[in-house]
Amino acid sequence: MSEQLNVPTMAEYMTQGKQPEVLFWVGCAGSFDDRAKKITKAFVRLLNKANVEFAVLGTEESCTGDPAKRSGNEFLFQMQAVTNIEVLNAYEIKTIVTACPHCFNTIKNEYPGLGGNYNVMHHTQFLKNLLNDGRLTVEGGQFKGKRITFHDPCYLGRANDVYEAPRDLIRKLDAELVEMKSCKSRGLCCGAGGAQMFKEPEKGNKDVNVERTEQALETKPEIIAAGCPFCNTMMTDGVKAKERESDIEVMDIAELIANAQDL
Amino acid sequence: MSYLPQILFAIALIAGIGYFTRNVKKLIRNIKLGKDIDVSDNTSLRWKNMSMIALGQSKMVKRPIAGILHIIVYLGFVIINIEVLEIIIDGLTGKHRIFSSLGSIYGFLIGTFEILAVLVLITVIIFWLRRNVIKLKRFLSSEMKGWPKSDGNIILYFEVVLMCLFLTMNATDLKFQAMDSGNIISQFIAPWFSNLPESTLHLIERTTWWLHILGILVFLNYLYFSKHLHILLAFPNTYYGKLTPKGQFNNLEAVTKEVKMMMDPNIDPFAAAPEGAEDAVPEKFGASDVQDLSWVNLLNAYTCTECGRCTSECPANQTGKKLSPRKIMMDTRDRLEEVGKNIDANNGEFKDDGKQLLGDYITNEELWACTSCNACVEACPVSIDPLNIIMQMRQYLVMEQSAAPTELNNMMTNIENNGAPWPYNQMDRLNWKNE
Ligand code: SF4
Ligand code: SF4
Repeated sequence: MSEQLNVPTMAEYMTQGKQPEVLFWVGCAGSFDDRAKKITKAFVRLLNKANVEFAVLGTEESCTGDPAKRSGNEFLFQMQAVTNIEVLNAYEIKTIVTACPHCFNTIKNEYPGLGGNYNVMHHTQFLKNLLNDGRLTVEGGQFKGKRITFHDPCYLGRANDVYEAPRDLIRKLDAELVEMKSCKSRGLCCGAGGAQMFKEPEKGNKDVNVERTEQALETKPEIIAAGCPFCNTMMTDGVKAKERESDIEVMDIAELIANAQDL
Repeated sequence: MSYLPQILFAIALIAGIGYFTRNVKKLIRNIKLGKDIDVSDNTSLRWKNMSMIALGQSKMVKRPIAGILHIIVYLGFVIINIEVLEIIIDGLTGKHRIFSSLGSIYGFLIGTFEILAVLVLITVIIFWLRRNVIKLKRFLSSEMKGWPKSDGNIILYFEVVLMCLFLTMNATDLKFQAMDSGNIISQFIAPWFSNLPESTLHLIERTTWWLHILGILVFLNYLYFSKHLHILLAFPNTYYGKLTPKGQFNNLEAVTKEVKMMMDPNIDPFAAAPEGAEDAVPEKFGASDVQDLSWVNLLNAYTCTECGRCTSECPANQTGKKLSPRKIMMDTRDRLEEVGKNIDANNGEFKDDGKQLLGDYITNEELWACTSCNACVEACPVSIDPLNIIMQMRQYLVMEQSAAPTELNNMMTNIENNGAPWPYNQMDRLNWKNE
């Protein structure tokens, strides 16, 4: 299936001597992970629909260095950061949007100290702005009245105090937003952060994602909404472990909005 | 002869405060064993945090029951100690209840103290029940065996004894009862003693007076050995607490320098080192012992109240992993104390004892279980950051010892070679567009 997505690169903008209004930082998961690629495309469809002049770095993008830094490899992190900052600064990037809270956190908070100063937004914040500005409209459609619970990504919520943008978007769907008993600043991690995504967990009596999925299931949701490709994977695995994949979907906020639009 | 009590009092006071001062000096010296970091920024926000979090206990009430109970004990403790001022002046001058000349204000004050004393008594009993009968999970973890458990109870017994002494003292003070102002509670206790002769009452009153002030001096000196240091250190600790977003980890400056050198084509890597640089000790990356941590980390360790709110929110701990952020803080303090004693025993020099924080206290398994989720930092009522210590120790493991788990090494090799944590080619990064 090949659909018509308009995804210009910075290099293309450059040859036309133009500057996009925002750079979409796709991230490693968004570029390579099969599940996350769907989120990337859903977000791009929304950007196309709203006629946002955006660009991606494409093959000039490289890992932000977040998993290296959280593993303790400050060298590798800074090498990655400095390389990325050189590219971003050469293109005179001012505004960045990303669908990955880890990229969001790293570029927003840790790049400035290394010479990279940008206005960085999570895609839920960006989408909310598009809706507020009337560039995008959303009707409840297929999500009207559905029970949706939102899992706060640690690096969006606690790490950066963004709790409302994703929730506002869910409310716009006329869906019933149900909160887990630990949510927002007390939200439980999905288990992927701090580079755990890339290793087996330490010995224990349960996997973190299963614990978190159980908390989500307590709200009797039809959809578990996520705002992070890694949380998405962890929660999807959790739902599978609980054998509920037939009646519960794990979806990114961008997918919810795009689906509501029939995009 | 009549000066004897005053002299004894002065001696007790000097001894108590003297020993306390000595321990405070030691405490400051130990904290200064940590690396210097610059926390001189943003003073107004820091004062605000201190007044909200330490004085206003804003984070305590996130757990309403424990929070409100704690506020009662805290207020009781602080306010009743105004009475100590009078005791000290009385003790040194040989006067009796010197402030009683204030009349009705005095009655109001003492009345307030008496009510608070009763509230504190009730609260302390509830606290004791929570620890010993209800057996709340967060007080039962493995790091809470032995001394930490006794410590938690000892302080409660202390409070009970001090409050009972205070009330008995008032009840047996005939002059005070005769004033009949402020004896809101003690007037009901006084009848219990009413058939005793006046001289016996006086003896009881004097004894409780002495025990009360001596008890307070002992309490003061107990702090240094206890998690109750937090009643003092919560103030500086919340002042120096992290101000940047929780997700922001600091960038190591030493690494920045090296990375700049590596990336700068104009720098000749074989050129002679600049003046003064050649004998600089090569920087150690990350932390394997307390001296490698910052002094704020060490202040954190002394401030920890061992309440376990961090551990009870920790995803790793909740799912049975060994990691407990509270234990990270307790280990850091224990090791720091050990290093401090070593320095005392060796005339002010630390002699290598073949031990360190990493391995002898905190294991690799604990460190690798952390998801860096910041739940512990969010939960701590006194702005402690266990995650920061965990990350510094991971840095040591990776950059000094190359001791990361194999899967993480693979992930890092991938980032190095193809700019992604998985083995995909960077040239394929935009393929999703056409899939
Ligand atoms: S940051 Fe680490 S130690 Fe703290 S709560 Fe999360 S997993 Fe536990
Ligand atoms: S670090 Fe904070 S939350 Fe954890 S036990 Fe110590 S005081 Fe309590």
